Amino acid sequence: MSRQTNRGTESKKMNSELFNLTYGSLVAQLCKDYENDEDVNKQLEKMGYNIGVRLIEDFLARSNVGRCHDFRETADVIAKVAFKMYLGITPTITNWSPAGDEFSLILENNPLNNPLVDFVELPDNHSNLIYSNMLCGVLRGALEMVQMAVDVKFAQDTLKGDSVTEIRMKFIRRIEDNLPAGEE
Amino acid sequence: MRLTMADETLFALLHMEMISHAHKSAGENDEDQGKHIRILEGMGFRVGQGLIERLTKDSPSFRDDLDTVKFICKDFWTIIFKKQIDNLRTNHQGTYVLQDNRFLLLTQISCSKQYLEEAPKFLAYTCGLIKGALSNLGISCTVSAEVPVMPTCKFQVVVSKN
Repeated sequence: MSRQTNRGTESKKMNSELFNLTYGSLVAQLCKDYENDEDVNKQLEKMGYNIGVRLIEDFLARSNVGRCHDFRETADVIAKVAFKMYLGITPTITNWSPAGDEFSLILENNPLNNPLVDFVELPDNHSNLIYSNMLCGVLRGALEMVQMAVDVKFAQDTLKGDSVTEIRMKFIRRIEDNLPAGEE
Repeated sequence: MRLTMADETLFALLHMEMISHAHKSAGENDEDQGKHIRILEGMGFRVGQGLIERLTKDSPSFRDDLDTVKFICKDFWTIIFKKQIDNLRTNHQGTYVLQDNRFLLLTQISCSKQYLEEAPKFLAYTCGLIKGALSNLGISCTVSAEVPVMPTCKFQVVVSKN
């Protein structure tokens, strides 16, 4: 089937400006639809979650990545394979907690606000808006589908004057239940 | 210039979330069936305006409307959807029909008449894109879309008479 031959990663690349601007127009629309920034943040996270639970299927099908054995491996796959595949960047993994259940992804260039052209500027009256909060939802949703409950949030944001963008990820627990009997 | 690349799947999923948001925020208002479509169109319009500004900064100016629409069919479409419009028709009186036989945002949904009634909401954003792009090139118009069978899509551009 022609669909199968289309599965390579290269053939699925598209213009990122369309993607970035589209994301921007969505954020702008949400700012219109909701009264305060917290609600917008929440909605972005929720939409990201919906995307994440679907995106994981695409990711597993295209990347040939198997089950991760620990959270460090998960971090590697996210930064080096997933971010690379979908957003064309490779964040740095740092700040491991001693217990190994928490780490940070450092994004020098946040792909959602195309750093090359400074598409995005937060107006003064939206100081609480977490512009790229959708990313957190995507990560949470995708990981939930592979039985990992993870807390994801922005710790630093270049849009707010920080020098880098930092996403903090904290492993909460393995989701063990609701597998039908006989399945792995 | 280093161009970062986004991924088609991610874009398609983002697009679906936009559709479902527009649907929800339009509510169940019976009198205003088209509201969610207008929300999506509005979002596309803004983006079309932004894109065309960047895409045409090095291109020569256009001779006439047809020339402009051809630019949309070839360059604009190729840059955003990685293919050209397959067929362009015009009545030379301000109506243009742009046909894409494999429209990116429909290819994953169906290749038959199944889900045909769902098609319009998957096209509203792109109608807005075209409208916004043309608007910034000095053409004010209405854009509508029709799907004979997925994933073929015909965008009809009607230039407003001044």
